[in-house]
Amino acid sequence: MTAITVPTTITSPAPSGHRLRWVIADTLTVTWRNLLAYTRIPEALFFSTLQPIMFVLLFRYVFGGAIPIPGGVPYVDYMMPGIFVQTVMFGAVSTSVGLAEDLQKGLIERFRALPMARSAVLAGRTTADLVRNVFVVIIMTVVGYAVGFRIGTGVPSYILGLLILLAFAYAMSWGFAAIGLAAPNSETAQVMAFPILFPLTFASTAFVPIQTMPGWLQPFVAHQPVSVVVDAARSLMVGGYYHSSSSVWHALLWIVGLLVVLVPLGVWRYRKTS
Amino acid sequence: MSNSSSFAVEAHDLVKVFPRGNVRALDGVSLAVQEGTVLGLLGPNGAGKTTVVRILSTILNPDSGQASILGHDVVKEAETVRRIIGLAGQYAAVDENLTGRENIRMVGRLSHLSRKASSERATDLLEAFGLTDAGDRVLKTYSGGMRRRLDLAAALVARPPVLFLDEPTTGLDPQSRQDLWGVIEDLVAGGTTVLLTTQYLEEADRLARNIIVVDHGRVIAEGAPAELKATLGTSVVAVTLNDNEMAQKAAALVASLSDKAPLVDHNTVELTVQNGPKVGADVLRTLDAAQIPIAGLALREPSLDDVFLSLTGHKSEAETDEQRTARMSKGAKRRPSESETDGRDAA
Repeated sequence: MTAITVPTTITSPAPSGHRLRWVIADTLTVTWRNLLAYTRIPEALFFSTLQPIMFVLLFRYVFGGAIPIPGGVPYVDYMMPGIFVQTVMFGAVSTSVGLAEDLQKGLIERFRALPMARSAVLAGRTTADLVRNVFVVIIMTVVGYAVGFRIGTGVPSYILGLLILLAFAYAMSWGFAAIGLAAPNSETAQVMAFPILFPLTFASTAFVPIQTMPGWLQPFVAHQPVSVVVDAARSLMVGGYYHSSSSVWHALLWIVGLLVVLVPLGVWRYRKTS
Repeated sequence: MSNSSSFAVEAHDLVKVFPRGNVRALDGVSLAVQEGTVLGLLGPNGAGKTTVVRILSTILNPDSGQASILGHDVVKEAETVRRIIGLAGQYAAVDENLTGRENIRMVGRLSHLSRKASSERATDLLEAFGLTDAGDRVLKTYSGGMRRRLDLAAALVARPPVLFLDEPTTGLDPQSRQDLWGVIEDLVAGGTTVLLTTQYLEEADRLARNIIVVDHGRVIAEGAPAELKATLGTSVVAVTLNDNEMAQKAAALVASLSDKAPLVDHNTVELTVQNGPKVGADVLRTLDAAQIPIAGLALREPSLDDVFLSLTGHKSEAETDEQRTARMSKGAKRRPSESETDGRDAA
């Protein structure tokens, strides 16, 4: 058993310089681990891809016909930016669930006793979720096209729209990370995420025009981040009647604001959970 | 920062209170582990064993007190400490969705070994732990014993000179336990310092040079296994009676034969004494004179269980294999153990 014997002297600690380099390296290692874990549960991958596809079909063929929208565009064009945002929002729950699971299984305990960067556990998780979201929006674009969605602006503008909603999802992941770390277990993490998820996603301009909602609700709907990001995505993907440069700027402001608040919140929660 | 002492691990007066429920998990624990030896930290569930390990491995900060690993303070020099320790836990802290090899490589990379070194180390460790064939299988397919071995292998990636093992064999079958003990002995022979928590007295007896017994967050005894046993006397006289009523009666009669109070468990009476054979004969005479029928008589060396019992007033809470089998077959859930309690308290 020579391979498991160890020297009694301390192996000289690696130089602690290049701190940022280690933060990035550790984040990539954790990202790699999370992405690898996704591929090991093909069922989860399959059904989490199926869900947004079903939402596209549901709103396109079931609800869509009953929802009149202004601007003279087909409902499928109106709803696609909304479904994108709804999907990445729902996807962010997996950040909560994943972290709660790691905590429950003692994996985070092991990470804490390693000389790795403290921030890498959360950064690696959120980065892995970002990578997954990239695949999700690509698949949804294909499905959208199959059911009649057409880009109203141009491809660069459309891609910019995708980038904005991916950035929004990334920011939200940090918030859901904090929830996951506060939850006693992964099942509860999921339930805890819903009261935030539902009002934001559905009391928004994602599926229904704001004019149809009661007056007291409209101020909330108009200014909450999901609506703002949906409006920005709609402006960049559909354009025309829905063109609104100001919503794009508002969305960027929201994303920056959320990152400024949620990243420290997640890190604080991670440090506290010990 | 003095590296001159021969103690690889030192802790002084550690106190930790978990605000939730105001649990005083540690109430002034001090310990020292000589370099290249095993210290057994023994105690029932909730005694504070896991809290000690979590503080020493920088996961948790103490409310007061100091601890150092090879001269490095666990709070002020946490980062340095993390480079020289390995931690393997009761709850095999491994990623179920990765293969054995990937788990070891991940820990290697996060310990800042190069990609190449991590891979080579993974191959070596898998071989050393008899996991070469299973190395490229996802951990979900591993047995409990294989998981523990992999957990330990992952803790050794960076060749840490100090190793913390938190109940490494809890829940393992006897064969896997023996295997793991062999591995730990090899490590110590190679110069590793080990702090081991356990509920199994047999485990501490076999592996540890020194033992510390904790209960309710305090150290209640310490010494070499033989010393601890010696404090109790040299032998135990165990008399088996027909029933508990008889046992109580017999205990009252023989109490004067030992300076320690007799222990009654169901229908047996145990006396810890210096001169076993003589006291045994006295017991027989006394009970015979009182016309109490004796179902059995045994003379044995005191086990660490006896030490534990006399120190804490309650039996070691490690369940026997039979009990576990019986419980599992009823489909009952795993008993919440110390680290779970600690973990939730701390969260």
